[in-house]
Amino acid sequence: MASRTPAAAKKTVLVTGAAGSLAKRVIARLHGRYHVIAVDFRRKVETDAGIPSYLVELHKRGFEDIFASHKIDAVIHIGRIFAHEKTRQQRYNANVLGCKRLLELCRKYKVGQVMIHSTYFVYGASAYNPALIDEDAPLKASEVTQDLVDSVELESLANIYLWKHPELNITILRPCNVLGPGVRNSMSILLSRKVAPVLLGFSPLMQFLHVDDMTEAMVLAFEANKPGIYNVAPDDYVPYQEAVRQCGCRRLPVLSVPPSLPKLVASMLNWNAFFPPYLINYFKYPVILDGRLFRDTFGWRPRRNLNDIFTYYRKQKLVTD
Amino acid sequence: MARFGSLELKQRLVTSLVTPEIEALVASIPKPLGSFGYDPWGYNEDTFKVGLGAARLLYDKYFRVTAHGLENIPAEGRVLIVGNHSGQLPMDGVLVGVAAATNPHGPRLARAMIERFFPTVPWLGNFLNALGGVIGDPVNCARMLEMDEAIIVFPEGVRGSGKLYRKRYQLQRFGNGFMHLAMTHRAPIVPVGIVGCEETMPALANLAPVARLLGLPYLPIVPSLLPLPARVYLNFGKPMVFDPAASEHEVSEQVEAVKAELRRLIQVGLDERTSVY
Repeated sequence: MASRTPAAAKKTVLVTGAAGSLAKRVIARLHGRYHVIAVDFRRKVETDAGIPSYLVELHKRGFEDIFASHKIDAVIHIGRIFAHEKTRQQRYNANVLGCKRLLELCRKYKVGQVMIHSTYFVYGASAYNPALIDEDAPLKASEVTQDLVDSVELESLANIYLWKHPELNITILRPCNVLGPGVRNSMSILLSRKVAPVLLGFSPLMQFLHVDDMTEAMVLAFEANKPGIYNVAPDDYVPYQEAVRQCGCRRLPVLSVPPSLPKLVASMLNWNAFFPPYLINYFKYPVILDGRLFRDTFGWRPRRNLNDIFTYYRKQKLVTD
Repeated sequence: MARFGSLELKQRLVTSLVTPEIEALVASIPKPLGSFGYDPWGYNEDTFKVGLGAARLLYDKYFRVTAHGLENIPAEGRVLIVGNHSGQLPMDGVLVGVAAATNPHGPRLARAMIERFFPTVPWLGNFLNALGGVIGDPVNCARMLEMDEAIIVFPEGVRGSGKLYRKRYQLQRFGNGFMHLAMTHRAPIVPVGIVGCEETMPALANLAPVARLLGLPYLPIVPSLLPLPARVYLNFGKPMVFDPAASEHEVSEQVEAVKAELRRLIQVGLDERTSVY
């Protein structure tokens, strides 16, 4: 697959969030065809020979040294602090200010391409959502909760740079739930559990994507370099409670009325990692993405179906039993 | 053991409702679905079959519906079925849906536009979605017309369904949204005059302040909490096609044309009715 390009012609790509499962896969796919630099704020990632790895926080000074010492041609920004990892203030600093600094450095060091990994959470889960939300829909997540303000602001920031600085060639991807081996986002942690909370009387439709398909999508979009904003989602849908069953979880029903009750339960029982109070609405109302633009622009189709995805979680439970 | 028993009971109920005829009808409706049998709005074929089986009984045995002009519903392609709304509970939508799904000239899955507060009601929201109901958002409507679906619209909304018995068969104010959708997406409008639903739940008064407190669109004082078995007459008119209008004033005139046709169709139903119950 990797064409033999002379070393001098190889581009240098900086990938953030390198400790995460998606970034690891993206790095593995790019390695060989590109000089890859791995960056993470959590830990210094063990990488293959020839991949420099750095432990650095994006909004701290040391970050610029990487740009000064390597001629970076492109950045793939995947690294993000989840809400359960730090306080709201720390998260804002790392995610929003960190992203701003990243984009500023990209300008200063004349980086020619930036890809930003966002999330479908930015659309917000509301009872009034139409289905098949396209990229032009308003981002209403901050209406739902303060805890998603950083996700929305990161997007607005990237949007401003997208229009003001076309030379950065910014691509923003808004994937649906990404699942699969090694994925540590809240949905993946939730479906890995033996018991999964469900809201009584609510089973919103959801979209799921295998992490390998998301990797494929990112690599395709990176190589095609067509700046813009894209939803990344399959045209297949399943209600949350059905997904829970398919993953072999037992359902733990939580009273859904009054609306503040499940939030209270989630925070009292400290379900922050997998059923956080600020995401309760996403287990109540659907956020169904229209993924046509991405699929048509990049000729991408997911290769793993819902059953492939759920089978991993089902088998995982059999192993640990 | 008790659980097993109730499961069996549920299964028996499902098989008694989903007759081979219903199976055949639903199978003949072309509808692309995902791997778990859902469409992007939450429609589910299995739930729809059960719902149609139950509603079919209401249609035939309880409301003893007489339908004319079913040939006016196109067997395929986008269409807006526009009717007069009445009867507090949306029984009229259900009956028009059954008429479309069991149409001998070509069964259609007609999607009802539901009130915005339904998705917030536990179980009911998901259930209505599974039956094909969708919140009446123009974005949803536009997308469905693009996908050549049939949509049931009551442009009066709660003004029509929540009106008092003394205002029966008087059309309330129509929104213009349906006309814009029809024009933009070149969708024909099939008008349907509905007679009988007014008498299923005659409202004497509306407890508006209590309704506001409960977050409901209205709270009527009615003689019976269950719909009364009034005979229902559905008269479908010829498809009406409208060219894009130059101004909102012109749109309103086109809406008036639809209202005039609806009044005529309602009168046809009232004239053919010999007994209310």
